[in-house]
Amino acid sequence: MFVNGFRRWATYRLALAAGAFTNTVFGLIRAFITVGAIGAAGGTLAGYDAAAGVTYAFLAQALIAPVNIFGWDELAQRVRTGDIAVDLARPIDPQLAYLAADLGRAVYTFIPRGVPPLLVGAAVFGLAMPTTALPYLLGVVALVLAIMVSFAGRWLVNLTAFWLLDLRGVLTLYVLGSGLLSGHLLPVHWFPGWLATAANATPFPSIVQTPIDIVTGRAAGAEALALIGVQLGWLIVLLAVGRLVFAAGTRRLVVQGG
Amino acid sequence: MVDRLRPYRELIGSRIRSQTAYRRSFALDVSGSVMVGLVEFAEVYIIFANVDALGGLDFAGVALVFALAHLTFSVADLIIGHLDNLPTYLRMGTLDAFLLRPLPVLAQLVTSDVSLRRFGRIAVAMIILAIALPMNDIDWTPARVALLIIAATAGTAIFAALFLAAAAVQFWLVEGREFVNAFTYGGNYAASFPASVFAVPMRAFFTFVVPAAFVAYLPTLVLLDLPGPVGLPQWLGWCSPVAAVALWCAALAGWRAGLRHYSGAGS
Repeated sequence: MFVNGFRRWATYRLALAAGAFTNTVFGLIRAFITVGAIGAAGGTLAGYDAAAGVTYAFLAQALIAPVNIFGWDELAQRVRTGDIAVDLARPIDPQLAYLAADLGRAVYTFIPRGVPPLLVGAAVFGLAMPTTALPYLLGVVALVLAIMVSFAGRWLVNLTAFWLLDLRGVLTLYVLGSGLLSGHLLPVHWFPGWLATAANATPFPSIVQTPIDIVTGRAAGAEALALIGVQLGWLIVLLAVGRLVFAAGTRRLVVQGG
Repeated sequence: MVDRLRPYRELIGSRIRSQTAYRRSFALDVSGSVMVGLVEFAEVYIIFANVDALGGLDFAGVALVFALAHLTFSVADLIIGHLDNLPTYLRMGTLDAFLLRPLPVLAQLVTSDVSLRRFGRIAVAMIILAIALPMNDIDWTPARVALLIIAATAGTAIFAALFLAAAAVQFWLVEGREFVNAFTYGGNYAASFPASVFAVPMRAFFTFVVPAAFVAYLPTLVLLDLPGPVGLPQWLGWCSPVAAVALWCAALAGWRAGLRHYSGAGS
């Protein structure tokens, strides 16, 4: 499933280039806004100097495709059309199979969609990245966990298709909420108190804020390990709830035809 | 004239009836659209939870820029934003049907879909505008009232032209749909913040190539009587109609060339 997920996405080259271009343009705009805000704050804002702010903006853009911030409705469509019956008939666990395919997709998109914004960011502004190996090693772990937490959340939202016929509104609300609370727009560390509290009570910071904090070295040592622990916790909870809801959904599922 | 518009009225009427048929779906769609406006404004809110000024404007000033940009963008999106679907029409061969009917293709495409849910976002932008205008210390003269109306109209025209130009490019780039998002949605994003935060080359690009600064930032400079940053004198705030007309000429030329280039989906 992982290899097939990887191959499937490797066929859409022009779409990948177009996506990378758009992520880069948004990265440039957001980097300038970030620098403007940090400048207005007197040079540092919540621990971010201009270089750290720019790095954050471009890393957040680079993560868009791997963690699929803009949503995914494949499972919901399969529930709606009845194709889900094919998944249920396969001798493998549907949730783990989709998770493996999603990891393949994420690993593939990271290079063509993630690297161009980072290169442009490095060329235009220069990025503040750590010079030791440890943050990168922990960063890879945090990134893989971020992809899986993101998948587990999307899986749950898609399962509402068992109960609702039209999912567009629900998916839009999820994409907007997770986009804001994950730190994709601006770092969660910038949020005013109440909003930061709300964000940290959700799994969303584990998807964008945590991998960036770890790979840039903002969170190191015990703090980084604690953040990875939080990711693991959310992953286990979300996957478990996802299994229960999936089981409940399949019990009421009726697929017509033969 | 009234007779000639009848088919379009019928088309739009049928779209409206079909969208409101499922009430709960429609309500969810509208709340999604309201959330789009709120979440995007959250970015301004979060920044000003930390600082007092951005690019030389205070919170009220940036809120005004944001509201003008979003109002004009969401109105343009309502009228013409569904041209985004052109790649689907191209791939499916639906466009061939439009070409066979005795009505202009562009007029048919524009009336082919009116997403009522987009009124949610328009409402958010209007509320923010209604709050931001009195928050700012504006010396209201007849000229400034006129400028606000001109800016709102020209801004809508600028975004509509960007959507049209983006659609025209699709005739050549069928799979590159996301490429043009950088200019339509990216233009909206750049227009929502003071152009003074950008470095000079980027500021010039978002003023004279993609005229995002003309939508909200430059008119706001005139309303607040503030000097512009390097390269953007305040009087440019009066020139948004010029930018709109220039962009429309380019977009229409591109659209015609695209239609001529189109040779069917092979179906």
